[in-house]
Amino acid sequence: MKLSGAQASPPRETATAAKIISRNVTKIYPTVRGPMTALTDFNLDVADGEFVSVVGPSGCGKSTYLRILAGLDTLSAGSVLIRPGADPRKPLNSVVFQEYAVFPWKTVIDNVAFGLEMRGVARAERLETAAYWLERVGLRKFAGYYPHQISGGMKQRVSIVRALANDPEVLLMDEPLGALDAQTRIVLQDELLRIWEETRKTVVYITHSLDEAILLSDRVILMTAHPGRHLATFEIDIPRPRTVETMNIARFAELRGAVWDLLGKEVARAMELQT
Amino acid sequence: MNTPTDPDTLARRRAGRLAFWRGLSSLIAAAIAWNGVFFAAGLWFPLWWLGLFGDFVLAVMVAERVGRVVPLRGRRAYERTLAFGFPVLALVAWQVIVDAGILSATWFPQPTRIAQALWEMTVSYDRFSQTSLIGRPWLIPEVVAQSGWAAGWGLIAESHVWATLGRVGAGFVLGAIPGVLLGVVMGMNKTVRLMLDTTLSAIYVLPKIAIFPIVMLMFADPFGEGPKIVVVALAVFFLMTINSMAGVRDIDPVFLMAGRNYGARGFQMLRHVIIPAALPVIFAGLRLALGTALIVIISVEFLRAKQGVGFITFYYWEVLNPEKMYAGLVVVMILGILLTYLLQWLERRVMPWQRD
Repeated sequence: MKLSGAQASPPRETATAAKIISRNVTKIYPTVRGPMTALTDFNLDVADGEFVSVVGPSGCGKSTYLRILAGLDTLSAGSVLIRPGADPRKPLNSVVFQEYAVFPWKTVIDNVAFGLEMRGVARAERLETAAYWLERVGLRKFAGYYPHQISGGMKQRVSIVRALANDPEVLLMDEPLGALDAQTRIVLQDELLRIWEETRKTVVYITHSLDEAILLSDRVILMTAHPGRHLATFEIDIPRPRTVETMNIARFAELRGAVWDLLGKEVARAMELQT
Repeated sequence: MNTPTDPDTLARRRAGRLAFWRGLSSLIAAAIAWNGVFFAAGLWFPLWWLGLFGDFVLAVMVAERVGRVVPLRGRRAYERTLAFGFPVLALVAWQVIVDAGILSATWFPQPTRIAQALWEMTVSYDRFSQTSLIGRPWLIPEVVAQSGWAAGWGLIAESHVWATLGRVGAGFVLGAIPGVLLGVVMGMNKTVRLMLDTTLSAIYVLPKIAIFPIVMLMFADPFGEGPKIVVVALAVFFLMTINSMAGVRDIDPVFLMAGRNYGARGFQMLRHVIIPAALPVIFAGLRLALGTALIVIISVEFLRAKQGVGFITFYYWEVLNPEKMYAGLVVVMILGILLTYLLQWLERRVMPWQRD
């Protein structure tokens, strides 16, 4: 999938195993008060099997970037590319949306099997795959429930395994835990860590939460707001496997301090711009 | 719950019971006084609306006071009593007022007489319209034995209720299906919406009875069933188009994004995302359309029909038989209730995810 635009190649070197290549991604919205730049000259390469988080203040265009990557939005300039895998039938990306976006009119298992159904996978096979994934997040016995009958945390688990059951080349997560309460959020962070360390999917993860980004990621990308552009990159060298307990170790605090040094100033600047 | 023996608790309860009965009896006394004053001063005739308003307020106060002491397990029965008790009370009041000669029994026949008229219209053959409300089911055994089931069915099909139901049913389906389809297209495609929206809004507000003559002109047999069905269909069509368009435009965009991202295209998108997401609004529209369809068919039957509940109602007004005219209106109400139940049943079948 290649969305064309200005092809000015940046001097940055491309990793040979890069799964996602984004070059000078720019998004300008026309508004009545003139063009509004949401995202400007954003570059990001993600290696195969890498977990990358994008963090920034509200309005930094991180969700816009994700939607462009998912092919749900167009770009004004630049290019994004997700490299197809060996199996051409596999979808390039699947998105986990912030607001669950679990279909209320489908049962839990039909929601999880949705991507497979759209690709024409036979009923028995897709239900088997969906059941397998539900089992992995402990929702097997809720397979026949409708979303309104289960809790917010369970809905978001359904939304996550719906993406995983679809077996995409890359997983795009747009603040997937943003709408959950603090305790459910911790439980799901743990679960995400466990599942990711087992599957090693390529992930781009959008979040507001610094802790979440550091805990889950191999690399954290920091963005500025108005317009959104790249600010800094942090390699997270905390060894895996990690759990929520990882947040207590010294290195975590150290990284957190370093990132917040930059992000805190940026958040303050963004708030001033808004007032 | 164990019985308390603590004297303080017992005393408190006794006081509570006492206060309840004192409150209730003072309310009843107020009601008697209010109505008594109206009677004594001869105020009922000029100020009947004020009298009824006062009685209604007192009834609400009594019901609320009783509601506060109803135990949890009696709650449902209490609520049902309120829901059905009020209309029953209103009917009893009507009966009493007419019996007492306050209202004319000729123009406002008592509910009992209306019920009697309804029974008569159901079980007796009317020579003028050559049928009854429900046909001639009492002849069915005989006719079926002589000439088979088809002839037996004819005895039901000739009835006023069946004529109206058939027209409403056919018109409703013929209008609703294309209406929903066009509405969905308009909700999804901006060009189609811009081209048709103004025109549809203009036609939607036309009273359908006003275009009935035009519809009649379009048919080879202007007095047949065709124009009657089509005019119902038109009324339903425009309402459902506008309603379904609103339903589709109201869909949370995140569902459309999810559908697209997971590979739904074209018809799949329609079937798995757009239609189910818009269904709650579509069904709300169908409820409204059902009411509109009944209004239209009854008016059309007033104007131009030899059969049908609207026809028979208007006929009895013309021959000055108010009991039977009222009975005709009662039949319309019953049809409305039954068709609404049918629609609700369908709604539960089609949208199982909305069940609690």
